[in-house]
Amino acid sequence: MKVLVPVKRVIDYNVKVRVKGDGSGVDLANVKMSMNPFDEIACEAAIRMKESGAVEEVIAVSIGVKQAQETLRTALAMGCDRAILIVATDDVHTDIEPLAVAKLLKAVVDAEEPGLVICGKQAIDNDMNATGQMLSALLGWSQATFASKIDIDGDHATVKREVDGGMQSIKVKMPAVISVDLRLNEPRYASLPNIMKAKKKPLDEKTPEDYGVDVSPRLEVVKTAEPPERDAGIIVKSVDELLDKLKNEAGVI
Amino acid sequence: MAVLLLAEVDNGELNLDATAKAVTAVKPLGDVHVLCAGAKAAAAGETAATIDGVAKVLVAEDAQYGHRLAEPTAKLLVDLAGDYDHIAAPATTDAKNILPRAAALLDVMILTDVSGVIDADTFERPIYAGNAVQTVKSRDSKKVLSIRTSTFDAAGTGNSAPVETVTPAEAPGLSEWVEDHVAESDRPDLTSAGIVVSGGRGVGSEEDFKLIENLADKLGAAIGASRAAVDSGYAPNDWQVGQTGKVVAPDLYIACGISGAIQHLAGMKDSKVIVAINKDEEAPIFQVADYGLVADLFDAIPELNEKL
Ligand SMILES: Cc1cc2nc3c(=O)[nH]c(=O)nc-3n(C[C@H](O)[C@H](O)[C@H](O)COP(=O)(O)OP(=O)(O)OC[C@H]3O[C@@H](n4cnc5c(N)ncnc54)[C@H](O)[C@@H]3O)c2cc1C
Ligand SMILES: Nc1ncnc2c1ncn2[C@@H]1O[C@H](COP(=O)(O)O)[C@@H](O)[C@H]1O
Repeated sequence: MKVLVPVKRVIDYNVKVRVKGDGSGVDLANVKMSMNPFDEIACEAAIRMKESGAVEEVIAVSIGVKQAQETLRTALAMGCDRAILIVATDDVHTDIEPLAVAKLLKAVVDAEEPGLVICGKQAIDNDMNATGQMLSALLGWSQATFASKIDIDGDHATVKREVDGGMQSIKVKMPAVISVDLRLNEPRYASLPNIMKAKKKPLDEKTPEDYGVDVSPRLEVVKTAEPPERDAGIIVKSVDELLDKLKNEAGVI
Repeated sequence: MAVLLLAEVDNGELNLDATAKAVTAVKPLGDVHVLCAGAKAAAAGETAATIDGVAKVLVAEDAQYGHRLAEPTAKLLVDLAGDYDHIAAPATTDAKNILPRAAALLDVMILTDVSGVIDADTFERPIYAGNAVQTVKSRDSKKVLSIRTSTFDAAGTGNSAPVETVTPAEAPGLSEWVEDHVAESDRPDLTSAGIVVSGGRGVGSEEDFKLIENLADKLGAAIGASRAAVDSGYAPNDWQVGQTGKVVAPDLYIACGISGAIQHLAGMKDSKVIVAINKDEEAPIFQVADYGLVADLFDAIPELNEKL
């Protein structure tokens, strides 16, 4: 079985986000970019399946700017076998929407025929939490979102999911789309020899036209603003002072 | 045209708070029709009919909707979509699972975690862990949106909207429910509680999380946790507050031994009053706290508990 892992290049999660002065978006020029943290977890899951012998090949796919090559090299250095980059824009500030990403991924699935897609639950830039569910719909496959444990058993997978009330286990028919949550695994760091090896692994470059997919956005960004700021607070000296403030100033207890 | 609002139905019971908050958000868009789907959903439908502003309740009862699996409920939404311009739901994990699937089947984009409704096509939503707020205008014929409930007040009750039943769609049969692992608790629900006491890595162990629990019980509060506390096994996953956990906006949020990473702030910085107890005066949590106490939580929390 082949596994497809979609990986997104996003602002590094440690970087302080700055909204551009003209309200047109978030400043991404000269900012540290990394693989979306959930996608590292997805790669790790797929690579472990390969190491256990359940999977033959792991293919990483990224959609976006040409620089997403770096993200795919990271996936290859972790242990993915080959990569596909779909260059869909040349502007780092253009985010390809989940629906368009899902359509492109569907086209890749049609061409590669994997038995499983493992993606992240959410991209930490647009915070959409939608692509995996959309891809599953377009394929007519089953879906298991927010996975914190995956067991594949022939034509079924049993997935433990993180939900509002706690956990839920479901059994889904394969092929399936699974989106991963934070506690599925601890992704590995790529070793230096593997980073060198990754440079020789195949990385195909495509365009949306190759797949006949229209990526024009459905949502027009009218403006991007800073969230409202909180007024500065105070430091209290003691538990007594804290209790006094909560009772008599804030009136919340 | 009307709005189809998928209610949060859990085990046959309506999540009134989340659903009533979503009603407030979508009310300006048109007549609100609330859909209650479940293996049992009639009682939930009766409760939904009492929410002020609801024009009609639709009840879909069928075993396939029993555990809110995405495939059958998304299909049901698509079958009903013809009569609606907007399809919405409170942004619970169930809706996050279901709505994007329905949107893709309708060939429209989704708007997740909507925190502001400007007009029928224009919505606000937080991005980058709430470090920016985007206003987007949809060009799609139908809008599918999930509502960030923490930013809307719950609609009142006292209404008696008509209730209709809808015929279930054919079951897609792609997935089946195995089991739920849900802890029963008498404490208030995290996303609707008036007070939340949260613990982080600073609490140090699962045993010491009792300190947080005792304080919460004294205040009649819900309990929250940082990701670090959950990952370390001090607290269950459903207590996680943040960008990828729950979003809360209580009257009072007390963060104990939490540093204040942006991913955590994303889930609580809209709280009315924030208290931070941390022994490191440089901790970023103090930048959003109304009242900061630089102290060892192992001294401060027992003292608080005693003096309350
Ligand atoms: C993709 C992604 C998603 C994430 N999503 C979330 C999310 O949803 N929610 C979330 O919370 N995090 C999330 N995180 C993690 C986040 O970046 C931080 O790592 C996490 O919030 C840190 O938790 P913490 O504050 O408990 O731990 P730490 O940062 O380790 O802070 C512990 C604090 O406790 C204090 N302390 C220690 N001992 C004591 C004591 N005895 N008394 C008083 N204070 C003490 C220390 O001074 C310190 O400030 C996410 C990260 C990523 C990459
Ligand atoms: N441009 C993209 N390229 C590759 N994968 C993506 C892209 N956008 C989203 N994904 C995948 O879909 C997941 C969820 O993203 P989102 O729906 O945008 O929150 C991510 O964690 C990735 O696995």
